[in-house]
Amino acid sequence: MKTKRLINVKNLSVSFGNNIILNNINFYLSKKESLVIIGKSGSGKSVLLKCLMGLLKPDVGSIEINGVNIVNTNRIDKENALKNIGVTFQNGALFDSLTIWENITFKKTRFLGFDKSSAKKQALSIIQNLELDENILELYPSELSGGMQKRVAIARAICDQPQVLFFDEPTSGLDPITGKVINDLINKTVKKLEVSAITITHDISSINNLASRVILLDNNKIAWSGKPNEMNKSKNNIVKQFLINR
Amino acid sequence: MKIFNLIGKISLSTFENLGKVTLFFFMSFFWLFKKPFYYKQFLSQLLDIAFYSLPVVGLTTFFSGMVLALQTFSGFDNFNDENTISKIVLTSILRELGPVLAGLMVCGRVGAKMAAEIATMRVSNQIDALETLSTRPMQFLISTRLLASIIAVPFLVLIGNIIGIFGGFIVATFKLDLNPILYMISTIDNFNSIDLIQGLIKALVFGIIISIISCYFGFNASGGAEGVGRATTISVVTASTLILTSTYFITALFI
Repeated sequence: MKTKRLINVKNLSVSFGNNIILNNINFYLSKKESLVIIGKSGSGKSVLLKCLMGLLKPDVGSIEINGVNIVNTNRIDKENALKNIGVTFQNGALFDSLTIWENITFKKTRFLGFDKSSAKKQALSIIQNLELDENILELYPSELSGGMQKRVAIARAICDQPQVLFFDEPTSGLDPITGKVINDLINKTVKKLEVSAITITHDISSINNLASRVILLDNNKIAWSGKPNEMNKSKNNIVKQFLINR
Repeated sequence: MKIFNLIGKISLSTFENLGKVTLFFFMSFFWLFKKPFYYKQFLSQLLDIAFYSLPVVGLTTFFSGMVLALQTFSGFDNFNDENTISKIVLTSILRELGPVLAGLMVCGRVGAKMAAEIATMRVSNQIDALETLSTRPMQFLISTRLLASIIAVPFLVLIGNIIGIFGGFIVATFKLDLNPILYMISTIDNFNSIDLIQGLIKALVFGIIISIISCYFGFNASGGAEGVGRATTISVVTASTLILTSTYFITALFI
């Protein structure tokens, strides 16, 4: 039986002026799959994620989300396709001027007509699943630690029950212990919600925790792709180099 | 050869920015008429610009009116005439000082805040986060600020005008010993609605300049904290310069 592909990227190339950032990238994401994209700094990971989020238009290629090519389709179809995606940004990217519950239920209160009390209730149930205290609901992002901000960002990403979650460097800026807690939390959340996930990271420990498949970006291209347990056995020089440098 | 190269580069970059700002303005104007309209966001901006700028605008125009009355008196070699002083205070405040001072004050207070806020949102990925939450940043952040400025700045100028004229009245009656009744009658007699309209048109243009320039530089900021600082500085300098430049051209249209 053919597995359903939620995201399909074909021949994707991006350049800024004469600087080629991504060159002929091809990959897919299946249902309930957790894909980790790794690579050293400047390998084009974040640009790739921006393309997947529809924030950056590639020079060439297509990105299909649930069969809709978001590169060439009209604005409405693109917005509808992107509604299936929840994103956790590198630094959390929580809205400074909004409280935690307002951050989490941003879309619900603004577009789906949720009133304050039901939105708050929903925010509470989500943060409890993410092992956060209910007292933080009325706080502002600046009053939380880095690890807590990451959890709130995850809460915001999952609030609208997306089919796919994107995690941009989920452990960056965190100490190894908090990083592991966040990785475990992501793993638990992805499995519990039965969603697919793409995680962009340069943190090797995230691979073992999160990945069902790994893509290694190097020199603007996909240098290697495979299962996480195949990585250590790989004879690919770029993989070896990457593992040594980590 | 190098000098021509430099001139060419500066000219191209100026025209490029001019084009981008114009496009930015039309885009934010366009999104004003598209659903949904973010009332909460708009009202909070309106309150911030119109209400919280009132003290600073009021204080500035009040003292300007007072100075104007005093300077007119001394400039005319202690010429003690209710009609002349009230006319000069009234006309200067309505046509020029009210809108320009309010514009500059709002630019310093609100423009800097807008640029810094939006630039911070840009460099901390909050604008990208908005897009991923099905919210168009242009509509949510920029259009609401543009509309709030278009409404708030003329309102502030109107209030500033009244306070400025009152400042002139205070000096004229309590310091220059002019007859308060005659001064008031003369102020009413000299009132010309064209002067008021001229000032309000300026205020409208300044409102657009402040919001668009601040939002444009904030929206296109990059490079962390330094980028936020750069965006804030350049937006205040550019908007202030444009306010002072545009006031000449609007005045020229009325003369």
